[in-house]
Amino acid sequence: MKILVYVKQVPDTDDVRLDPKTGNLLREGVKSILNPLDANAIEAALQLREKHGGTVAAVCMGPPQAEEALKKALGMGCDEAYLLSDRAFGGADTLATSYTLAKAAEKIGEYDLLLFGRHAIDGDTAQTGPAVAAQLGIPQITLAGSISVEDGWVCCDRMLGDMRQRVRAKLPAAVTVCGDINKPRYATPINIMKASKKPRSTWNAADLGCEASRIGVPGSPSSTKGLFEPEKHNADTVYFTGELDAMIKAFADMLQSEHII
Amino acid sequence: MTKEDYKGMWVFAEQENGVIEGTVFELLAKAGELKAHNGEEVIAVLLGSGVEGLIPSLFAHGAEKVVVADHPALKEYSARPYQQALTQLAKKHSPSMILYGATPLGRDLAPRMMVSLETGLTADAIDLGYDEDGTFYQTTPAYGGKILAHIVINERRPQMTTVHPKMFSPVAPLEGAVGKVLRERVDVTADDCYTVVETVRKENAGKSIATAEVIIAGGRGIKCQDDLAMLEELAGLLGGQIASSRPLVDNGWLTHDKQIGQSGATVKPKLILNVAISGSVQYQLGMCGAGCIASVNQTGEAPIFDISHFGAVSDYRKLIPALIAEIKSRKYSTAPQN
Repeated sequence: MKILVYVKQVPDTDDVRLDPKTGNLLREGVKSILNPLDANAIEAALQLREKHGGTVAAVCMGPPQAEEALKKALGMGCDEAYLLSDRAFGGADTLATSYTLAKAAEKIGEYDLLLFGRHAIDGDTAQTGPAVAAQLGIPQITLAGSISVEDGWVCCDRMLGDMRQRVRAKLPAAVTVCGDINKPRYATPINIMKASKKPRSTWNAADLGCEASRIGVPGSPSSTKGLFEPEKHNADTVYFTGELDAMIKAFADMLQSEHII
Repeated sequence: MTKEDYKGMWVFAEQENGVIEGTVFELLAKAGELKAHNGEEVIAVLLGSGVEGLIPSLFAHGAEKVVVADHPALKEYSARPYQQALTQLAKKHSPSMILYGATPLGRDLAPRMMVSLETGLTADAIDLGYDEDGTFYQTTPAYGGKILAHIVINERRPQMTTVHPKMFSPVAPLEGAVGKVLRERVDVTADDCYTVVETVRKENAGKSIATAEVIIAGGRGIKCQDDLAMLEELAGLLGGQIASSRPLVDNGWLTHDKQIGQSGATVKPKLILNVAISGSVQYQLGMCGAGCIASVNQTGEAPIFDISHFGAVSDYRKLIPALIAEIKSRKYSTAPQN
C-alpha cells in the first residue's frame, strides 16, 4: 500500500501577534512547528504500514525551511519526503493549495491513500483534505476517529459530535484524521539518524507541471483584506485579590451565591 | 460572463433524515440582512429525496425562493453525488454567493464545491458583511483565534463561505409564508465507492460537556497531565465535568469531545471556571454563553479576563487545592469531623 501523508509547517500560535502600527503579522521570533494533527496523520499511516506493508511518503508545500517538518516526519518513520517549494506557490488559498498538492499526488503516482490532519492550527480551514480529494476525483472521509484498511476499502469511524458514523470508501481515497485517532510516536534518535539517508525530493511548479494561473496568488480566488485583533469586551471583572486565604474565601463565597455549592 | 451577472444569495439547506439543520435558518436570516446592501434574492437550495415537505419551513424562515433537487441518489448525504448535483444547479443559475453551515456535512461538501466551481471558499466565518467600499467580506479567526481576518473573494463567483453555527439568530417563523419553488432535475449517480455502514450515538453521549451545568476547563498553562486530577476533583465536588481549550487536546491529554471552542463544543453551563486558559477568540466562541465565567490565570493581561465575571491572578497549583479544601469544609461543615 502506498500512503501519502500531507503535512504543514505552521507558526506556533502561542507566539503570534500583530504589529500595532502596520497591522501585519509579527513573524520575528515565532517558532515553526509541525502542525500537531499532521503528526496524528503520520502515526495513522505508520500503523497501517506496519499492518499491511508498503510505503509512507510525507508531502509538504512551503518555503525551503519547511524541510524541518519533513525531517520530523522522516524521524517518526516515514520512508520518503517531498517538499513542494517555489516562490510562485506563495500566497495560495485552499483552492490553489489543493491544486498544487493534487499535482504532487499525480506525479508521485499509484497512491492508495492520502492522509491529512483534520485542520492546520494557523489557517484552521479544514478544507485542504476534501479539496485535494475533489481535485483528484476520489472519495473522502473527513473527521476520522479510527482507521483500518481491508480488501481495498478504508473504514473509519467519523466523529460527529454525539454521533459516531461508520463509513467505508474504496481506495484510492483521502482521509482527514482527528487528534483522538492515536497518540503520535516520538521521532527516535535512530530514526532521526536514518532520516538523513532517506530519499528526499524538492519539486517546484515546473517539476509538477502546474499551470501558472492555478497556483499561488493568481490561482487563489480568496484573499485576506485585513487582519485585526479581536475587540475586548468590557465585562466588569471582579477580581479576587489579597493573600491566598482571602482569595479562596471570596471565591467560595461567590460559588455559594451562585448556588453552585 | 462578468461577476455582476451572478445574482442571488444561496443558502445550502442542509437536511438529514428529513430534518433541516438549525444553522440553515440562521443563514437565511443573515442573507435577509445582507439583502439591504445588495438587493439580491434569498434562495434556499434543498437536496435530498422526498424532501418536498421541508419547503414551507424554508419560506417561513425567510427564503424567497427554494430550488429543490429531489433524487433517490441524494437520499443520504454522500460527498460526490451532492457535489455533482449542487455543481449542476450552481452552474445553471449562477448565484453570487453560496452560504453553508460550518457543520460536519457543510465542511465536507463545501471544499469540493470550491474545486468544481473554481471559486473562493472562506472557512468557518463568524460574521459576514460589507465594508465601506462595498466589498463583501467574511470574518474568520486565524492563528488560534488570536487574530481575526477579513477575507474577500474579489473576482470569482459565487463567493462561498461556511459559517459557524449560532452566530446569527433565525427570524421568527412566519407560518404560511410562500414563495417560488423551482424543481430541478439533476443528473447524479449514487457513489458506489462510498458507503455509510451505520450512524450510532456514542456510548458517552448525553454526558457531553455541551449539557454540563458546571465546567472546570484547563488550558495551555496546565503544567502536566497529572494536574488534571485536581481539576477532576474540583469538578466532581461541584457536580460538573472537566473540559479544555485546544492545546490539551492537541497534545493528547484529553479527548476531542472535551474540547470547547470553535473546533470543539459550544457549552452553556451555569458556571465555567477557566484554569490557565489565555482565552483565544476561538475558545471564547465556545463558552461565552456561560451564565457565570470565572478565570484563574497567572497572567493578569490574559484576554480571558476581558470576558470573565470573576478573576483571580494566581498560580492554579496553589489556588485549586486550597479551593477544593475550602469547598469541602463548607460542604461538610455540618458533618462530624472525626
